[in-house]
Amino acid sequence: MVLSFLDYQWWGIEFVGFANYSKVFADPIFWKAVVNTAYYTLGVVPLWLGKALIISALIFPFRKPLQTFFKAAFYLPHVTSAVILSMIWLWIYNPPFGLLNYVLGFFGVDPVAWLGNTLTAMPSLILMQVVMGGGSSIVLISAAMNGIPTYLYEAAELDGARPFQVFMRVTLPLLKPTLLYLVVTGTINSFQVFTNIYLMTRGGPQFSTTTIVYMIYDTAFKQFQFGPASAMAMVLFVLTAIFALVQFRWLGQEVEY
Amino acid sequence: MLVDDKKTRTGHYISFVLLLGAAALALLPLYWMVVTALQQPTLTVTFPPEWFPSNPTFLNFTRFLERPHVFRWTTNSLLISLAVTGVQVFTCAMAGYAFAKKQFPGGNFIFYLYIASMMIPGQVTLVPLFLIMSRLNFLDSYWGLILPGIAGPFGVFLMKQFLATLPTELIEAAIIDGCGEWQTFVRVILPLAKPGLAVLGIFTFMGQWNEFLWPLIVTNSSSMRTLPVGLALLQEELPMQYGLLMAGATFAAIPMIVIFLMFQKYFLKGITVGALKG
Repeated sequence: MVLSFLDYQWWGIEFVGFANYSKVFADPIFWKAVVNTAYYTLGVVPLWLGKALIISALIFPFRKPLQTFFKAAFYLPHVTSAVILSMIWLWIYNPPFGLLNYVLGFFGVDPVAWLGNTLTAMPSLILMQVVMGGGSSIVLISAAMNGIPTYLYEAAELDGARPFQVFMRVTLPLLKPTLLYLVVTGTINSFQVFTNIYLMTRGGPQFSTTTIVYMIYDTAFKQFQFGPASAMAMVLFVLTAIFALVQFRWLGQEVEY
Repeated sequence: MLVDDKKTRTGHYISFVLLLGAAALALLPLYWMVVTALQQPTLTVTFPPEWFPSNPTFLNFTRFLERPHVFRWTTNSLLISLAVTGVQVFTCAMAGYAFAKKQFPGGNFIFYLYIASMMIPGQVTLVPLFLIMSRLNFLDSYWGLILPGIAGPFGVFLMKQFLATLPTELIEAAIIDGCGEWQTFVRVILPLAKPGLAVLGIFTFMGQWNEFLWPLIVTNSSSMRTLPVGLALLQEELPMQYGLLMAGATFAAIPMIVIFLMFQKYFLKGITVGALKG
């Protein structure tokens, strides 16, 4: 269990040269990877959380068994591994024979090489994540919604608020801690995306889907340059920490009932 | 009032339909996986695709299972997942118990260290962990696959939260009745902690069964691969054999789906427990 701390020690050993850092920072592909990671995260987190929020709100009025049924349905893809989901989506995105191009063909859309194109590769990865994701956030948001005292809703209704207003003015503010938690963990998870990229695009075409973690893997375990890879890992760590802190600051005011 | 009721009812219908649509969209890929796997091997890359297999067959599954090492990969995955889960459940219960109910110098400090280590993304420690394993000569071995997995700060955290809710009087009563430290733990704490242990066990097993990056790095020979890594290699080797690939994917997905359907309650509970941190 202590192992997780040993990186500091190892990093101390590697500290001998700042050369690793300057090398990494001078590498245009590394910057590209940082931008790609940000692109992926900015694409996934809002869409995925928005989806989860809307679905939780839709589920909420139904009776308990039905709620559980929908929660289970949305959670089911989560129990399969990213490897399996990536394989399925490779098949769906397949340009000549895949399901997506087939369905779009009905609408007169010409086949697109979704993953083979610098413009569409990253949005395709984001789309996959948004369609499959959200299961655990739905469970969490629903739990938080059930925790909101009903008299608040009754009071809002007495004041003449319409359902949409109730949602915006009462539900949403009270869900803030849960949403904050989800934004932070979602961002951290998106920062770490690897399996989908490894299986579906290998960071290509032309580095358009190379993310930081993919690059760490490539540098360390394909080129065996452990020094620069560790420097990248430290950058990833610092970025993660900064983002978590900023998000806590930005969204993390106390909730008042 | 009647008008209002009607309105809410149509609202219900609309949201029901929307939910069904969204759920279908999320489950469609899994359905498509199974349909593709059940096609005739030659039919798989026919166009247009069939929504229902007109001629379902298990040929793709037999072809997948006959491939070299598939049996070994499955055994590896099972062995590693079970070993890690077993050790984690036991050690996390003990550590969680100590943190929750025992006073000892530096206890809080050590607990915060655990929490802090939870914040460090796994990828950050990937390279150092790999180097440690190579020093220990654990690369490409079961030790290398299992050891890193059993370090479970999350499990300790989960068990501490869970055990902290048990009344301390129970422990005192056990001691008065003449139980030793060990007996108290085994006879009183463990039985009461069962729901928590089940949640921890299920999530650990799932995490290990689906783990990809670490086994990919730490294994080298194809007999040491786990199921996900083996599938990824197969995807590289035979990228166009979708029937075979989807059969493999279905094969790897089914155990988890079955476990999920059996222990659904624990899954949904576990997600909430894990997130409600202080």
